Amino acid sequence: MSSACFLVALIPLISILYYTVNEGYAALNLNFFTQITPPIGGSGGGILNALQGTLLMVGLASSFGIPLGVLAGSYLAEYPSSFSNGVRLLADALTGVPSIITGIFVYALIVITTHHFSAWSGGVALGSIMIPIVAVSTQEALRLVPPEIREGALALGISRSRTLLQVLLSTAKKGIVTGIVLALARVMGETAPLLLTALGNQFLLTNLNDQAASLTIVIYNFGTSGDPRAVHFAWGVALILLLLVLGLNIIVRMASRQKLQANQ
Amino acid sequence: MNLRQLGIRSKAWVRQLVDKTLAWTSHPDPLQLLVLAAALSIPVTWPIIIDRVYVGSILAFRPFGLGFIIGSTWIVSPPGGGPPLLGALPALSGSGVTTIFALLIAVPVSLGVGLFQSELAPKQIRAPSVFLVEMLAAVPSVVYGLWGIVVLVPFMGVNVDPSLKSALGFLPLFSGSANGFGMLTAGVILAIMVVPYASSIMREVFAAVPKAQREAMIALGATNWETVRKSVMPFARAGVVAAIMLALGRAIGETMAVTMTIGNTAKISTSLFAPAYSIPSIIANEFVGSENPLHLSSLFALGLILFAITFLMNIGARLLIRQLSFKARRGHVA
Amino acid sequence: METGTPTETTIQRPGRKRWPLILAAVIIIAAIVGIVAYEYFTGTNNQSASVTIQGAGATFPAPLIQNWTVTYHNLYSNVTINYNSAGSTAGRQLITNKTVDFGASDAPLTDAQIVAAPGLVLFPETLGGVAVTYNLAVISSATHLNFTADVIVEIYNGTITNWNDARIQSINMGVTMPNVPITAVHRSDGSGTTYAFKDYLSHVNSWWNKTIPVDTSTTWPAGAVQAAGSGNAGVAGQVSNTPGAIGYVDVIYAIKNSLGVGVVQNRAGTFVQPTLQAIIYAAANETKITSPTDPRQHIVNAHGGQSYPISTYTSIMVYKEMSTNPHTPKNVAYALAKFLLWIIGPAGQAIAPGLIYAQLPSNIVSADQTLLRSLTWAGQQIITS
Repeated sequence: MSSACFLVALIPLISILYYTVNEGYAALNLNFFTQITPPIGGSGGGILNALQGTLLMVGLASSFGIPLGVLAGSYLAEYPSSFSNGVRLLADALTGVPSIITGIFVYALIVITTHHFSAWSGGVALGSIMIPIVAVSTQEALRLVPPEIREGALALGISRSRTLLQVLLSTAKKGIVTGIVLALARVMGETAPLLLTALGNQFLLTNLNDQAASLTIVIYNFGTSGDPRAVHFAWGVALILLLLVLGLNIIVRMASRQKLQANQ
Repeated sequence: MNLRQLGIRSKAWVRQLVDKTLAWTSHPDPLQLLVLAAALSIPVTWPIIIDRVYVGSILAFRPFGLGFIIGSTWIVSPPGGGPPLLGALPALSGSGVTTIFALLIAVPVSLGVGLFQSELAPKQIRAPSVFLVEMLAAVPSVVYGLWGIVVLVPFMGVNVDPSLKSALGFLPLFSGSANGFGMLTAGVILAIMVVPYASSIMREVFAAVPKAQREAMIALGATNWETVRKSVMPFARAGVVAAIMLALGRAIGETMAVTMTIGNTAKISTSLFAPAYSIPSIIANEFVGSENPLHLSSLFALGLILFAITFLMNIGARLLIRQLSFKARRGHVA
Repeated sequence: METGTPTETTIQRPGRKRWPLILAAVIIIAAIVGIVAYEYFTGTNNQSASVTIQGAGATFPAPLIQNWTVTYHNLYSNVTINYNSAGSTAGRQLITNKTVDFGASDAPLTDAQIVAAPGLVLFPETLGGVAVTYNLAVISSATHLNFTADVIVEIYNGTITNWNDARIQSINMGVTMPNVPITAVHRSDGSGTTYAFKDYLSHVNSWWNKTIPVDTSTTWPAGAVQAAGSGNAGVAGQVSNTPGAIGYVDVIYAIKNSLGVGVVQNRAGTFVQPTLQAIIYAAANETKITSPTDPRQHIVNAHGGQSYPISTYTSIMVYKEMSTNPHTPKNVAYALAKFLLWIIGPAGQAIAPGLIYAQLPSNIVSADQTLLRSLTWAGQQIITS
């Protein structure tokens, strides 16, 4: 019976993959990757501005999300105390905050005060989603480093910071990178916070203060319009997004499975 | 425990803190400060979020007070003029019904999947099965929504809803007309999205059961299923509850897939077929174009309610899990 | 128990003070990259070069406005106008909050809204027709169902629940109405199209007049089976995805989605389709310039045997003294004024009919031009020619 549950759970996955590939691949051509999104009711066009927006905002998010997350996770792993236990609990809870709430608080914090919907406010929203995810996965990766290594380094007289930087982080780097890539894939698929911060852009953006398009916003707008051409376009964008997100997921899981196999 | 003991205790930690700081200043470790500062970004984010959302929502709570939460109408401009009649109940009930319905489907399925992955699947299938379910979790919400509009809604409207109506139409739950958009379809999509999340936690919980329990049952001649039922499940009960709480938090916070399938109408209905609103959907739809400050503030207030619910669910679940792993390490049976 | 010692572990020999150098190098590189990126991205060096204008608002004219922005960008490649189709209320909110450079709305401002945004001026940039659209597979696209305001009201308040209701059948004698339940679709966001629709119903149906306020909000009668979509596109999408649905959208959205377009009875009693000509007739009969500084119009329920009754102008909103909008620097203000002049000029207006928006009558164009000439930056008139 539990295998039946498993198969039932797989049906939507197969259906989504089938429809995305089936409906989406027809939309793919050179123009799709070199042109900007068509205006409402228009035809043709491509995802250049949406791709630019997504990559830019994810890049912005990573620029502070990754360092803060890795460092925070290092703190949680290397300096355990009841305080860091509390922080870990808060980090876990932070990963569960609905992304629409992230959207409204970044809106209140940045959009209202700067009088701008902007790419960088979208990046801040995505980054604040990234930090706890990366922190938790970094902590878990560092936890897996065998204590002998830590003890060996300390026995050799290496200072704590050096141990962390040169020994532990490089030992755990596969796990840490896995966590980072998974966070990137997660954040690449976010829509709700961007609807309230980046808003969307018909054209390529030239300035971080401009509004920004994203693959997800384009899927939402085109997919809900009912215009058959637009819906097909949305499937094409969904295909690209799925390739990116699932691709990242598959790569890291393959890589960590190789590591497991190497150890057996 | 008497006050004096308490007094000594507090003085002790103060002394410890002072000792620690003094020790640190004699051997300063800048990296520790750096990672601590980075780690502080997490507890610091909480008051920022709460403050921004709370400040935004004050205007809504002033006229209605806590009655906002049970206000059953969401009318931005009432007929005949007058102030907006905004209450949380339409969005709250929509969220509640879709979430509960989603959990009714997702919890048994997740239990089955979790058991399958941890106990009952042959060894070679285990890793691929985990992988496949995690792919389900990786699909972005807006893609679920697109699939929902194009595939699930017509399927529900044409195939599922009419059969449900003819079989169970006497119940108010399945009354009224069904066009595919509504709480039922949104609940189904939520269930699909929540299964990988809940099942991965349940799988870890089952895997955390001490081997001794399982081996004892097998030694006594129990079948695989009996082992699971009698030794694994009772132990994992707390973990299953935690998984349900996390799933609830996840489901109630889900925005895009629900917005695209729920019909976006702020009304309370008894029928699952009826269109409704969830809290994230109403915020996503009405936030940027709010009609007046009270409207915007009410949306903030809904956000605060959502935030509180997910916070409680998350913290509660994590504490349960901690307690469970603590017990596991000690080798206790629940 | 796990004995896994990762095979690739080596304890790195702490080289002589290597990491401070690396750290320093990283900081310097990051600083250089940061400075270069800052210069590039904030464009402080290229003031006159590229200009980005942010607008947001009504979805009703969005196909036309976005067509304008693309055409204009092809003419002047350094000017990028990003129009966000967020809805009339969002457009009004955003320009009131000064988070965009211009807003657009089909609905007029109430007194309270005018007070909240002092210095905001509105001028119509185009006009179109709100189609009554429906999704009925059995009705061929050549057939257009007839609607009266009373029937529309009864559908939206739940009195009529099925397409084969006698009241619908009696005004559509040439068609066999199918037995399909009706879903009444409306907007989930604040909408000027909603305003025009409610305005029309309010003029012609006394129950609606007394019961439902004419505004942009999501307040609709209870009772009907409803669904809602965000924006004109969302309503069109909801109707497309819901068999038996009825909705109200700018006519181009219904056509793009291959939805049924209804024929609505006008003031003179004639059933009229929302064609370009019918919209032009409505405008011709009802456009009046009451004040040279206020070119806003009200053309629903127009007189004339061939007028389409649910026609409406739609307006763009900017601040008269553009320096009062912190979102708009000087070069953007000047570029924006130029763009606005272009869209009401012959080049811009020539694009409208192809998307079933009528060209502005010449008296409106003159009034708009007068208004645009009154735009100032720090007291200085922006458009001088």
